[in-house]
Amino acid sequence: MGTQRVDTLIIGAGMSGLAAGIRLAQFAEGPGTVAILERHALPGGLNSYYKRRGRRLDTGLHALTNFAERGTRGAPLTRMLRQLRIGWEELRLAPQGHSQICFPDLTLRFSNDFALLEQEVARAFPSQVDAFRTLAARIAEMPLEPVLENDPGARAVLTDIFTEPLLIEALMLPACYYGSARVNDMYWGSFAILFRSLFLEGFALPEGGIKPLLDILVKRFEEAGGELRMNCGVASINVEGGRVQGVVLDNGDTIQCERILSSAGWVETARLADFPERAADDAGQLAFTETLLVLDRPAHTFGLDAAVTFYNLDDCFDWSPPTAAVGTRSGVLCSPDNYTWPAGAAERAPDSGLVRATALANHSAWSSMEEQRYATQKIHWAELVLDAASTFVPDPRPFELWRDSFTPNTITRYTGHDHGAIYGSPDKRPDGRTGVEGLYLCGTDQGLLGIVGALLSGITMANAHVLAAPSHS
Amino acid sequence: MNREEIIQAIKDIITTIAPDEDLSSLTEGERLRDQIELDSMDFLDIVMELRKRYGVQVPEDDYKELATLEGCANYLLPLMANATANA
Repeated sequence: MGTQRVDTLIIGAGMSGLAAGIRLAQFAEGPGTVAILERHALPGGLNSYYKRRGRRLDTGLHALTNFAERGTRGAPLTRMLRQLRIGWEELRLAPQGHSQICFPDLTLRFSNDFALLEQEVARAFPSQVDAFRTLAARIAEMPLEPVLENDPGARAVLTDIFTEPLLIEALMLPACYYGSARVNDMYWGSFAILFRSLFLEGFALPEGGIKPLLDILVKRFEEAGGELRMNCGVASINVEGGRVQGVVLDNGDTIQCERILSSAGWVETARLADFPERAADDAGQLAFTETLLVLDRPAHTFGLDAAVTFYNLDDCFDWSPPTAAVGTRSGVLCSPDNYTWPAGAAERAPDSGLVRATALANHSAWSSMEEQRYATQKIHWAELVLDAASTFVPDPRPFELWRDSFTPNTITRYTGHDHGAIYGSPDKRPDGRTGVEGLYLCGTDQGLLGIVGALLSGITMANAHVLAAPSHS
Repeated sequence: MNREEIIQAIKDIITTIAPDEDLSSLTEGERLRDQIELDSMDFLDIVMELRKRYGVQVPEDDYKELATLEGCANYLLPLMANATANA
């Protein structure tokens, strides 16, 4: 094959890479403008899908956060759809019924109507509800882009606002699970983004799960003239004189380019470009296990009716890598059965009768395990996680047909993220710059969160570093 | 293209990038973003579409000239005089 040349190479066909690719292909003036290189056979990265026993299962999708009704002005979902020229109806979104945050003596329910959470806070913490309203109003006014410089940390800000420690724990629990790469805290800027996307906006699921959304993105990219290369891993990035030159593929071929948008992660990109020392201490440490239980009936029929349950077994929420292989003190249980599917859609939803149980994991415990022990440990820990979750919700196991589990090893294998850290490095780079001219980051290490956030990450990086860049003429 | 055709070309572009917006009551002298929902990302798209459809380059310093339909017409008329409508 020898050497080829493409203006912009995008590493990874996950949400951010596909969105960046669509932006560039949309305004391309000919072939050779943009190519996406994906190591795996399926697109999506963390948010992909696989088949087991004839059933399609989503890998990463709990819920699409940032739900907004069609045409909602200024909403991240609206902005994302407009930039990618996708119609709101195309996503076929089903909104959640409700979700909940559970501690031993506290349950806070919330839905896509913020008033519910406000009432729940007023009921459980009457002295805090005014401060809670003030917090919500303050966050609603904050910019949608991550601003992380001089960040005070979410815990410090919340401690200034609230005098009830349990309310702080209850707000940190879902925010950390849905997007903190920092041990025992998160950026205040990230907390604000998550508060908006989880509570002010809310949850939905696309009909049919992640695959129809990926199909739309791939189709949009290819129809606009973009080139998607599957089974095409990048082995290294060539840098000369502080400037990107191109990439070497796993098969030894080279591609030259003007610039690269890498969704491989900050630490991983630094290693590909052979400057690992600059990112040496930045690897993410927070990893997860997840067990998918396929059930013989929808979850709500036996009383498991929350779309997402965030739980913590005591009054102090600990967001750090567990010393054991899995941390059972907290977790997330979610089910696609608890969304309001449009009439006729329920039986077509491939995920009907499914529960996912997620908990923190210790990546090094899993990566150093020998094969036989790995298999038995997966079974052992899944039971303990489900035992813990079942102190708050009806136990789904009596209705189980079969199950499948993944660990940090699985995430590393399929996403290329070190340590299986799905939220990447704690050192976020909102402007995507790497110190190398022509090499930019998109995706989780840019600091946006969720599916809508990941798509916006690709959009904003393509806009800033390619379409609106002064050199682009 | 004449002035009217340029204004129609801009409206066509806005329809492409913001299909939900009602453009029937747009006035020429008022700022576009005060009349319909357009953020800076959308203005980038107007510029990119002008370039793709008519080969017109608008440098970033001149984006402000496109704030109103009237401004668009004034700014683009010399640049698009030789362009063909419905490109």
